[in-house]
Amino acid sequence: MTAITPETIRAHGLSAEEFVRIRQLLGRDPNLVELGIFSVMWSEHCSYKSTRAHLRRLPVTGPQVIQGPGENAGVVDIGDGDAVVFKMESHNHPSFIEPYQGAATGVGGIMRDVFTMGARPVAMMNALRFGAPDHPKTRHLVAGVVAGIGGYGNCMGVPTVGGEVNFHPSNNGNILVNAMCVGLARRDRIFKSAAEGAGNPVVYVGSKTGRDGIHGATMASAEFNADSEEKRPTVQVGDPFTEKLLLEACLELMATDAIIAIQDMGAAGLTSSSAEMAGKGGAGIDLDLDRVPQRESGMSAYEMLLSESQERMLIVLKPGREAGAEVIFRKWELDFAVIGMTTDSGRMVVRHKGELVADIPVHALADEAPVYRRPFTARPPASGEIVPAGTADIESVLLQMLGCPDLCSRRWIWQQYDYSVMTDTVQRPGGDAAVLRVNGANKAIAITTDVTPRYCRADPFEGAKQAVAEAWRNLTAVGARPLAVTDNLNFGNPERPETMGEIIRAIDGIAEACRALSFPVVSGNCSLYNETNGEPILPTPAIGGVGLIDDLAQMATIAFKRTGDVLILIGATHGHLGQSLYLREIEHREEGAAPPVDLMVEKRNGDFVRELIRSGRTDTVHDISDGGLLIAVAEMAMAGGMGAELTPGKDATIPILFGEDQARYVVAVAASKAEAVLADATSAGIPALVLGRAGGGALVVQDVLSIPVERLRAAHESWFPAFMSDETRTLLPARDIV
Amino acid sequence: MKARVFVTLKSGVLDPQGKAIGHALDNLGFRAVGEVRQGKIIDIELAEPNREKAAAAVKSMCEKLLANTVIEKYEIELK
Amino acid sequence: MKSAVIVFPASNCDRDAHDAILHVTGTKPHMVWHGDSEVPDVDLIVLPGGFSYGDYLRCGAMAAHSHIMGDVRRKAEQGVAVLGICNGFQTLTEAHLLPGALMRNAGLKFVCREVELVVDESQSAFTRKYSRGERLRFPVAHGEGNFFASDDVLDRLEGEGRVAFRYGEGDNPNGSARNIAGILNEKRNVLGLMPHPERACDPLLGSVSGRAMFQSLLESLS
Repeated sequence: MTAITPETIRAHGLSAEEFVRIRQLLGRDPNLVELGIFSVMWSEHCSYKSTRAHLRRLPVTGPQVIQGPGENAGVVDIGDGDAVVFKMESHNHPSFIEPYQGAATGVGGIMRDVFTMGARPVAMMNALRFGAPDHPKTRHLVAGVVAGIGGYGNCMGVPTVGGEVNFHPSNNGNILVNAMCVGLARRDRIFKSAAEGAGNPVVYVGSKTGRDGIHGATMASAEFNADSEEKRPTVQVGDPFTEKLLLEACLELMATDAIIAIQDMGAAGLTSSSAEMAGKGGAGIDLDLDRVPQRESGMSAYEMLLSESQERMLIVLKPGREAGAEVIFRKWELDFAVIGMTTDSGRMVVRHKGELVADIPVHALADEAPVYRRPFTARPPASGEIVPAGTADIESVLLQMLGCPDLCSRRWIWQQYDYSVMTDTVQRPGGDAAVLRVNGANKAIAITTDVTPRYCRADPFEGAKQAVAEAWRNLTAVGARPLAVTDNLNFGNPERPETMGEIIRAIDGIAEACRALSFPVVSGNCSLYNETNGEPILPTPAIGGVGLIDDLAQMATIAFKRTGDVLILIGATHGHLGQSLYLREIEHREEGAAPPVDLMVEKRNGDFVRELIRSGRTDTVHDISDGGLLIAVAEMAMAGGMGAELTPGKDATIPILFGEDQARYVVAVAASKAEAVLADATSAGIPALVLGRAGGGALVVQDVLSIPVERLRAAHESWFPAFMSDETRTLLPARDIV
Repeated sequence: MKARVFVTLKSGVLDPQGKAIGHALDNLGFRAVGEVRQGKIIDIELAEPNREKAAAAVKSMCEKLLANTVIEKYEIELK
Repeated sequence: MKSAVIVFPASNCDRDAHDAILHVTGTKPHMVWHGDSEVPDVDLIVLPGGFSYGDYLRCGAMAAHSHIMGDVRRKAEQGVAVLGICNGFQTLTEAHLLPGALMRNAGLKFVCREVELVVDESQSAFTRKYSRGERLRFPVAHGEGNFFASDDVLDRLEGEGRVAFRYGEGDNPNGSARNIAGILNEKRNVLGLMPHPERACDPLLGSVSGRAMFQSLLESLS
């Protein structure tokens, strides 16, 4: 067996101190297989060693929470015995190296996390951050990632219903591909990963094991450099066809009572699934690698244990249930093999070709992974008053912003996703939140993903609060009661004190906002080391929020619906231009303070708007976010194919129309109800202001501009298709280039 | 015996992928590129030592499954 | 009306078809596994949308050769109504139960959106509750829906009133020849179409244009 040298240790991403600790835990030197096992289990990706101490500050409980962080996905009660199961996860590094397969396997991985819990996936969302549009790689990456997400999700028959897309030069070398999957289950049929008890068969199902993605988990924890090109073979290839069969087979097996524990083989494959299941169940586990279904010949124990071949699951069955389970998996033409047994030894014991190749105490892998409190520095938040540079023409500002890369229509993307399969998509991409009916019921779940990285760069604490608040607001705007979130924390290298400071402050911001809004974190994922040649990404703590609409008759959309409806602005407008899109797109400045988030005001205003929807007084609501008030009204006009006339008077200024003050909504109500709504707002102490009326074919700001809705649409719709029109060289999904 | 099957679109059937590839090659500066047509290669291992029988079997495979003869043509290479 | 929905590996609109038939006609379809050799005694067989066999090789190619298709073919020849939606349409052409082929979309991308559909033929068990020239809203969601056939075949389809649906002028999502969205076989008991009627049966989802197809079948087959 290969000798363990300092180079071997370094190549496995382990520090000298960590190696010393491994020797202590084993009471001897590890062999190479064992070193490989420790390296993946103790990687940032699997162990959260830089963030774990801080993540403990997040609120994770609430009466609605059935399962918080620590399982494959979070689970939340939605009444009537139903539960919603969800998680968001990154596949950033693989997507940068091979965008189609990276994004596709990201979608596949997060779906497995959800159906492992016993849920049928019902919706996908994606939060995507690309580099500057004019960067030479951006088009290729956009085309590949979008095709990969569609290629996998469409085949699975799970609707992809929305998400976010941003462009920023800080992502030139590190794109972010965060995929969120939401599933539905019965609350008393949730499956977990704790392999309790000894003498139970350990079963391998799904695809065969090949030499795919060996050390993907370690790669996801290492900063990129020019050598990364050489790591290309570590990217896995996804097979959505097999995953669809695996989904149906698992759900069929789950309808029986044969399963003790189940876990998908994701990052670090067989190693992490077996060690984590044994660790959580307080059991030991014996594995015989000769029984593992293999796609290639001559695979070593090291390769089999660290392979990241996709579409595989590990299941611990009740003894004697193997034959019944095998019938199901054979029916779906999937591999099925009993590869081991749980034990009471507390050890992970692996044999290959009759030899003992690894023997490690399970707790050493699961519980003894290092936890670091890395040094950090807190940069003072950006500040300074922002005064608009000149007297820009409001009409041209509006049209320019509607067509800018970060605000323009994403139709080019979402038309490549099947968003209507499963016949429950009530609100498709393009609104504040997607709305999915619970099949067979009159209730629905609402889903959104949000974060504004430029705010987080200026002030990680306020920016992270804002991400949570905006998710909460988007759910509120469709009439949903926000229930819980999943977080996907994307940052640079945590070994840099400044980045560590951003991570800590962002976690504090999420914690404060989630606590204030009773919006606990039930699952999540960290992606660190997103930097290239010392240039980190903007801090991007993406928040995926899920809410519940109790009665689909009480729901709002952003589209104007009736001529004469009175438009009311809920929430106070101060004209905050710091870090606004106006400032960046029109004045080319990324300056000033992020907009402050007052969580009490956020809650008060949102609760008021939700009650307007629930009481049937409005069905037309849009939250105000990127781009400010006038952008929000323009989006409502485009969605409804109906204009509006606004009468702002002296307030027709750049800061008022394009400022990004938080906790605001535009609500359209019937003229007969407007006075009562305003009176209710006043008595609740909520700022409410009549903006004007819906109607006509143009967006009119009295004395300032009048733009036909069709012209707004042309500005809004043209950028993306034009940008991607020259992507012929990249639009062929890899499997079609044959 | 090993068989290699080439499946391509019949001439006259529009091949948008081929066109896109041609356009991309042009973008990359390969100015001499004319028409581009794309297709598939399928490699098959056959336990059939008789060359004629193998050819007949592969031809039947092409007609039945490997090619859609409404739009595709095929060529067979035996090794 | 007795009906069956065939489930191929990676069919993914099988449940949607089941639900639409149940809700619109009040009758519950059988779900039939592709590996079975016989379809139960039914009036309607649905080949649902999806990515049967991962769309590998060619869409519908392997499903067309699956075990159950022998009996589907027999029953089609006996006059049982067969409806192929999206991947089901692709499968029917691969099985030569319908002429032509469905090629990659002209835009080379998967396209999911609503299209305008014009009824071209109301004389069939599938379309009798529509009127000729009626304009409908149907969702499409496919990467390979570009209908191709030789001019002779196209002329014949048109001449025999076998083009059931066309995309509205200027709203052809995939480059289909003569804007064709759905066609009938010679005996008019087999219909294949790319748009999804089962996704257009509920006002909450934006369109109810598809209900009349299932109502037509209920009226014709009961």
